[in-house]
Amino acid sequence: MYSRAYKASVAIPPVLWVTVFLLVPYAILFCYSFWSVSSLQTIVHNWNLQNYLQLVRNPIYLTVLFRSMRIAGAVTLLALFLGYPLAYYLSFHAARRKELLYQLVIIPLWASYLVRGYAWKTILGSDGVLNGFLQYLHITQRPVEFFLYSPFAVVLTLTHIYTPFTFLPIYASLEHVPRNLVEASHDLGASPWATFRRVILPLSIPGVLAGATFAFVLTLGDFLAPLLVGGASGIMISNIVVSLFGAAYNWPLGAAISLCMLLIVVGLLFATERLERRLTLS
Amino acid sequence: MSIAQTQEAQARPPSPEPLLSIHEVVKRFGKRPVLRGVSLEVASGEFLTILGESGSGKTTLLRLIAGFEQLDGGDIWMAGERLDPMPPYRRPVNTVFQSYALFPHLSVYENVAYGLRAKSAAKTEIPERVTQALAMVKMGDFAQSAPARLSGGQQQRVALARALVNRPRVLLLDEPLSALDANLRRQMQVELKSLQREVGITFIFVTHDQEEAMALSDRIALLREGRLEQVAEPREIYGHPFTAYAAQFIGQTNLLDAEVRDGIANAGAIVWRCFGLPGKIVFSLRPECIRLTVSGSGVDAPDVSIARFRGRIRNQTFGGAMDLLEIDCGNSQVLRARIPSPGPVSGEQDFEFSAKDAVRVRPGGEE
Repeated sequence: MYSRAYKASVAIPPVLWVTVFLLVPYAILFCYSFWSVSSLQTIVHNWNLQNYLQLVRNPIYLTVLFRSMRIAGAVTLLALFLGYPLAYYLSFHAARRKELLYQLVIIPLWASYLVRGYAWKTILGSDGVLNGFLQYLHITQRPVEFFLYSPFAVVLTLTHIYTPFTFLPIYASLEHVPRNLVEASHDLGASPWATFRRVILPLSIPGVLAGATFAFVLTLGDFLAPLLVGGASGIMISNIVVSLFGAAYNWPLGAAISLCMLLIVVGLLFATERLERRLTLS
Repeated sequence: MSIAQTQEAQARPPSPEPLLSIHEVVKRFGKRPVLRGVSLEVASGEFLTILGESGSGKTTLLRLIAGFEQLDGGDIWMAGERLDPMPPYRRPVNTVFQSYALFPHLSVYENVAYGLRAKSAAKTEIPERVTQALAMVKMGDFAQSAPARLSGGQQQRVALARALVNRPRVLLLDEPLSALDANLRRQMQVELKSLQREVGITFIFVTHDQEEAMALSDRIALLREGRLEQVAEPREIYGHPFTAYAAQFIGQTNLLDAEVRDGIANAGAIVWRCFGLPGKIVFSLRPECIRLTVSGSGVDAPDVSIARFRGRIRNQTFGGAMDLLEIDCGNSQVLRARIPSPGPVSGEQDFEFSAKDAVRVRPGGEE
């Protein structure tokens, strides 16, 4: 139906995009991960596995990697527990308030990430809003230090930032649940709770998985929140990558860590894909 | 339609105790009234059709019985129990939806088992009842299929089984056949009717198709702009429509504006005997009540129980067994007649009809 020339010209932009912005950078990254740094701080093109071995042997990397995954897991769970009820309420029960509430959920996305990160810094700091409030109420006598510069602060900040990303796909999938299925379920004698469990929830699983993947992947790769509110105990794997590519000037090791993270993320996407297929085809 | 008509003749008479009582039901969407005081009683085991045009409120009435909408006035009772305050999942009714509404993530078997599980039927009982219900609609071989793999007609059967397996007091059917093609539709009509007789469950069937309504129903409730126009058996409503609207909506008809005086109705060129109140009256005359007569016969004998008139044939449409004639009677009055195929006819002809076939109706038909 379409000529070859037409097909080719349609294919050019995406192929070009993927090549220039994805394949080539990753190929470069891949090469770097097998090179090393000399004592004179130059990159030597001697192919070896040193970087990957170092990654496994030096406990600092694995510790931080696991911490990052724990933080990502916590943010994912929190974002789901916040995002799902919100999406459910908006989709099924908000009625006329739907548009307004939807906008209210979306508006924070328009504010810069940095602004939201700094906002949490002002809230959680020693003379921050939260401590001031607690002391005003005489719940605490002096500032609580662990609010800021802790994994807790990172989880809190990232949950705030990424919950809309979890909310959106869940909301979309809930909006796609045909309402006559809900009526059919009630009609067949299922209570609202049973209807949720047996019809609405199963049909929204694709949205839940998409939302969870968003939250997990975005959190895992985040370096700004730990930088702003994480402190020493809140450092995440991306902070290490950033410093390896920056001050430490060890691009090969940074590349190796990056590729490991890429593998984790791709593996995760693959797993959710399979999980979705299993859950939706009962 | 003919098969269903013979079946209708065997229909059991509705029992006198109403199973479902709808009393002065009012429903508004915003400020727009959809139902303006509808009262209706449905007997146990009856096949009642709610017939109406789109926007007449028929689906809304059904949804009120199912519990998907809240009443703005009136009440609904079932077997002496107030139905309208109950949430839909407590009502002993089940619905067959226009779009089937099968659960896409569940197999055919699980769809049918859904209601039984929801009401926590005994675990041992479920497989037997599901299998039985699927066999009843001839879908036993598809138990493990996904609904998306079924054709429209098959999905319709599953939807029926899913509702009937719960043994509802009343089954509500919302234009269940409208998505099917004409042949399948006729076949499903026959099956639906025999199924209803087999299970003995009260069916309330919503449709805009008057032929379907006549073929299936023990009684038809004709709804017009949120009010019941007439509730009667199909033969009754066809033979004795209360209103011009009912006469026009159910079957085809001719509306005659006549002046009734001294026991004679006078509609321009046509005159016939008519008892009852005098005045300006609208009559409904079915096209098949008009007969073609041999020219000149019986004109001398003034028998006013037979109306005779002469008219010019404007148009003849061949219809197999019955032809449709358009007869110009003068005074810009055109009558339609359905006549057993007379062969080609044209020009001025003599026609007659029995005076009793011209039925008085209240005016106010559709435009």
